[in-house]
Amino acid sequence: MPELNTSSLPDLIFTVLFFFMMVTSMREVTVMVDIKTPKGSTEIEKLERKSLVSHIYIGSPSKSYRATLGATPRIQLNEVFAEPEAIREFVIAERASMFEKDKPLMKMSLKIDQNVKMGIITDVKQELRKASALNIVYSAGFEKAKD
Amino acid sequence: MGKGKRKVPGLNQSSTADISFILLIFFLVTTSMDTDTGLSRRLPEWDPNAVEQEMKIKERNVMTVLVNQNNEIHVKNGVVNRVIDISELKDIAKEFIANPDDNVNLPIKEDYVIEDFGTVVTTVRHVISLQTDRTTGYEIYFKVQHELSKAYSELRDAWARKTFGKPYKECDEKTEQPIVRGMYASKISEAEPKQYGTAQ
Repeated sequence: MPELNTSSLPDLIFTVLFFFMMVTSMREVTVMVDIKTPKGSTEIEKLERKSLVSHIYIGSPSKSYRATLGATPRIQLNEVFAEPEAIREFVIAERASMFEKDKPLMKMSLKIDQNVKMGIITDVKQELRKASALNIVYSAGFEKAKD
Repeated sequence: MGKGKRKVPGLNQSSTADISFILLIFFLVTTSMDTDTGLSRRLPEWDPNAVEQEMKIKERNVMTVLVNQNNEIHVKNGVVNRVIDISELKDIAKEFIANPDDNVNLPIKEDYVIEDFGTVVTTVRHVISLQTDRTTGYEIYFKVQHELSKAYSELRDAWARKTFGKPYKECDEKTEQPIVRGMYASKISEAEPKQYGTAQ
């Protein structure tokens, strides 16, 4: 039986490899707060373009930070805990890193734990309005539709 | 050399596939294909001068949804004024938005011109005012938003089926969807933050 010619196998694998290299985004933020987002069903949309989305995390600091920060919900921007007042600067920095034509399409994804109280969220939303970052997304997972 | 032409031995490439396999597996593992999902909303523009606007809206056009610190949902419009369960909210909202029976206590229906389509009769001036307390839980707030959003979607879907013969999602994004959105435009107003002692 003639042997199978495997000389093109590396090329094949390389192609797949390049695909995954392209879609990988290594710039993931380590989330320092515990977040369990609420669940929705029919109204949940996918966020199409990742480059347009900036994240704001709100939740109780995770275990390793609890000793110093307590369990009160905190806001996390990039890699640091922040006060609501810092959001405006964060929005400006995020906006500056985008292409000019994408700037009006900027979306803020609010990843909020479901046990957080509305007070802090309202503060964040007010700050976002002041920074005119008006497109927001309440991050949420899918739940199997019952009906 | 002296023995005439000699072939240069080919590089042994048998392990290239293995090497690239390892790289491939690395990227496979580190890739997060899961896209973010969520409920999209648009915040109103910041205008420090606009405070008194809501006063001018007639009472029949307003539905107030108040989620208090005990996570109870209190709905008040022309026909309903009580604490409700989350499961009732969608239908109450749908009836309020569409006002199918032309109830005088529900939003007034008016002629409204939709661009590239024509005149429709709809409740242009209705407003759903969503109010929360600072100690309201986010989960219930999100559910309320989700139910209200569902109410709009279902009305849009029904109307799209009647008008274009297909559900909203299958309508053309550039031409038909804006018309359907014009028919039932989302008018959820989130009140400026207030401090409530108790639910009114």
